[in-house]
Amino acid sequence: MSTAANSPRSVSTALALPSRLAFIRSEGFPLIPSLILLAIMVVAIFAPVLAPHNPEVGVLGDRFRPPAWQTNGTIDHLLGTDHLGRDVLSRLIFGARISVVVGLMVIIVAGAIGTALGIVSGYLGRWVDQVIMRVTDAWLAMPALMLAIFLAAIIGPGISNIIIILAAVWWTRYARVIRGEVLSVRERDFVRLAVVAGCSKWTIMRKHILPNVVNSAIVLATLQLGQVIIAEAGLSFLGVGVPPPQPAWGLMLADGKKGLMAGYWWLTVLPGGCIMLMVLSANLLGDWLRVKFDPQLRQL
Amino acid sequence: MKKFILKRLGLATISLFLLSLTIFLLIRISGDPAVLLAEPGASAADLAAIRTQFGLDRPLWVQYVSFITHLFRADFGQSFYYRTDVFELYLSRLPASLMLASAAMVFSLVIGIPTGIIAAVRVNKWQDSIGKLFALLGLSMPSFWVGLVMILFFSVYLGWLPSSGSGTVWHLVMPAIALGWVFAAAHMRLTRSSMLEVLGSEYVKLARLKGLPEALVISKHAFKNALIPVLTLAGVNLVIMVNVAVIVETVFAWPGVGRLLFEGIAFRDFPIVQASILLGGTMIVVVNLLVDILYAVIDPRIRYEG
Amino acid sequence: MTTGPLLDIRRLSTHYVSARGTRVTRAVDDVTLSLDQGQTLGIVGESGSGKTTLALTLLRMLPPAARVVSGEMLFEGTDLLKKPEHEMRRIRGKRIAMILQDPMMSLNPLFTVGDQVAEPIRVHEGAPRRSAWRRATELLKAVRIAAPERRVGEYPHQLSGGMRQRIVGAIAISCEPKILIADEPTTSLDLTIQAQYLKLLRDLQRSHNLALIFITHNLGIVAKMCDQVAVMYAGRLVEAGPVKQIYNSPAHPYTRALLESIPRLGDSRQRLTAIEGQPPDPSAPPPGCAFHPRCPKVLDRCRTEAPPEFRVADSQTSRCWLSAPVTAVRGA
Repeated sequence: MSTAANSPRSVSTALALPSRLAFIRSEGFPLIPSLILLAIMVVAIFAPVLAPHNPEVGVLGDRFRPPAWQTNGTIDHLLGTDHLGRDVLSRLIFGARISVVVGLMVIIVAGAIGTALGIVSGYLGRWVDQVIMRVTDAWLAMPALMLAIFLAAIIGPGISNIIIILAAVWWTRYARVIRGEVLSVRERDFVRLAVVAGCSKWTIMRKHILPNVVNSAIVLATLQLGQVIIAEAGLSFLGVGVPPPQPAWGLMLADGKKGLMAGYWWLTVLPGGCIMLMVLSANLLGDWLRVKFDPQLRQL
Repeated sequence: MKKFILKRLGLATISLFLLSLTIFLLIRISGDPAVLLAEPGASAADLAAIRTQFGLDRPLWVQYVSFITHLFRADFGQSFYYRTDVFELYLSRLPASLMLASAAMVFSLVIGIPTGIIAAVRVNKWQDSIGKLFALLGLSMPSFWVGLVMILFFSVYLGWLPSSGSGTVWHLVMPAIALGWVFAAAHMRLTRSSMLEVLGSEYVKLARLKGLPEALVISKHAFKNALIPVLTLAGVNLVIMVNVAVIVETVFAWPGVGRLLFEGIAFRDFPIVQASILLGGTMIVVVNLLVDILYAVIDPRIRYEG
Repeated sequence: MTTGPLLDIRRLSTHYVSARGTRVTRAVDDVTLSLDQGQTLGIVGESGSGKTTLALTLLRMLPPAARVVSGEMLFEGTDLLKKPEHEMRRIRGKRIAMILQDPMMSLNPLFTVGDQVAEPIRVHEGAPRRSAWRRATELLKAVRIAAPERRVGEYPHQLSGGMRQRIVGAIAISCEPKILIADEPTTSLDLTIQAQYLKLLRDLQRSHNLALIFITHNLGIVAKMCDQVAVMYAGRLVEAGPVKQIYNSPAHPYTRALLESIPRLGDSRQRLTAIEGQPPDPSAPPPGCAFHPRCPKVLDRCRTEAPPEFRVADSQTSRCWLSAPVTAVRGA
């Protein structure tokens, strides 16, 4: 999906890049998606400064105001208000914070656990491998959403709970893939040399195996980010995710449903659009990373 | 062939066993199981009664045996809200979900397979780019948002389609599209890559060397081979659809097992939630088994390998 | 009286161009060959020498990245390079056929053997199902498969490797082609099967009066199977001529090195002689003669000027400065 703005030529004339950032010039680098993700993160970090209103408190007399460019809208609430009179723009901004935090935390935690277990499973083999793989398979047999809903029903809502739940569901995907990678890295010469030299198993796993699978882990993490965000939105929509009054985008969609039949489109289209934008950007970035770093991951 | 079936059956049984064990342990680990198993608003005395009733003070493995025995007898408990047997409740809602999932599957295959084939045959040309774009959008948009936007468009603005409930085929259209959308993208991707792999294979090369017209090469030699992984995936996806339809069913108030699960969550009706995941998981394992066997029927190589 | 050779390739060059247009690989570089009906030609070379690309060029089955840059390929008098695709399709399988290396991958696992053998007959000759099927059974018999009536309904995975390769052969001769190209057909077969298969090919070639192009890296097979041989290196044809002549007195140092590297029983030398060095990177060949870095007889001239083909004997050519006659040189 490259437009003229993505092509390496226009970037290199516009910026003189230091060599570490030179990868931006490489073929097909998804510039716009990366900028979008960056923008979302900036918004998330600076939310209190950027948001014009308090996202959790609203004026009941001001309910269901449409965006500023429609009749009855005001500049004060650029993107309108919801059923409790809360400013949509502010909620979207703070919602970005939630999505970013949840998304990043989940992929980091799940990635760390999954990679560690994948390495241990792939390298140590035998019964350790069997046990870990059987558990992973049992876990993977269930669709992620189902398992997440079940866990959420047991544990209860809350941001940290959500992070724990989603990480618990998602680590298995990492474990599988990383284990596969480890199986092939294990046979490489430098690993064999380390074994012959007498390094302990843990040293080998840490110093030799880990750096070689980190790339795959990163690619996988980026690809998973989109799914995690959609899952969190889904859980929030169902009411077992981030609890109100926090402005999670999924929760905004659930609220938005209330005004749907009356045609209050901005309460549905805008939060969902944000979700889509973030997920799309993450997917594009992930696809590019996958192609660049490891063609073998194509089956992901 | 028989050996093959037996082996697969054995693996399926192990999966089911692990599934039940996992769910069982999760419930026990999460805190106080009595709270879950009791109705919302239970008093301390109620909780104590629940503990003795379910034997929560007995050793873990004893509890597990009891758990499994109940499952075998299809005893999933009573719904707090509906006051009926959960298993029967689930079964009564299942047909609606299957209907929705089937419609969504048809949609996803009808859109996904031809797009995938065209994208592969015209690889790297504009048709391929559009196809890939479509796949990307499909995987990036949450299915329930697609549903909500469709309601906005087709129910509120245009007034063409009903926004909730079931009953006529018109009620089926939007939920099926919302549910099938993501899978259409996945099927398209898989068809494309499978087709590309087949098109690069030696036997397709030989078919071209034989001087066969390109249309025959694609329709006869490439197509059937390329479809195998796609149909396998589709079979499994059908059951997955039933399970993940919870959100779409909620949006459209479709009376299936997904909506049942939502009710279970909303009313804190734990037996429903537990049964949903156990039965959902079981369906997936069973369908995987059936698809494996079907695979063996289609692809003669598998039969003899066992 | 034939008016000319059956196949006449003149100064053919096929290049691969990389995606950005930056790297050009000269897979086939200025190759001239000819073949008469009933002749067998062996094309010999290491991997990357361009032999398979040559075969694919002949059938116009090149991948999109490849381009025929110059030359002609005259088959029965008309240039194949100028033919539109639908006419080429009528030639493929019917008048020029090809056998690929790996029989397991060449046969479609989902269709019966009979179906795949009968297919070219039905497509090219419009034969109805039943008679095509009958001919398929006869073809299986011709390639010496036992119990052909039973085998014809079986699937490829039910047959052994040697049988599969014969099926591929049956497919190839099903429409009585004029030329049969065999690209390393025995490489994936067991040694014991190889000899049988080669004998079969030889017999088929004789009985159908086929022109056979045999592509291989194995000089021993060429000695057994072929009348003529063409040696390729880095895309260029370095030596060509009758097998006996070349094997007895090779003109090009590469050919000589290849012949010497075959271990023979009763050989008094103690060491295995391999050719020093590696074949060149096809996208960046050395200047001058591509073989010069590995040549034991290299001259200064070889490093800078690529030699043209010189006529060494009656029908033997060699692309080497050592073969240059003292006086006049044939057109470069």
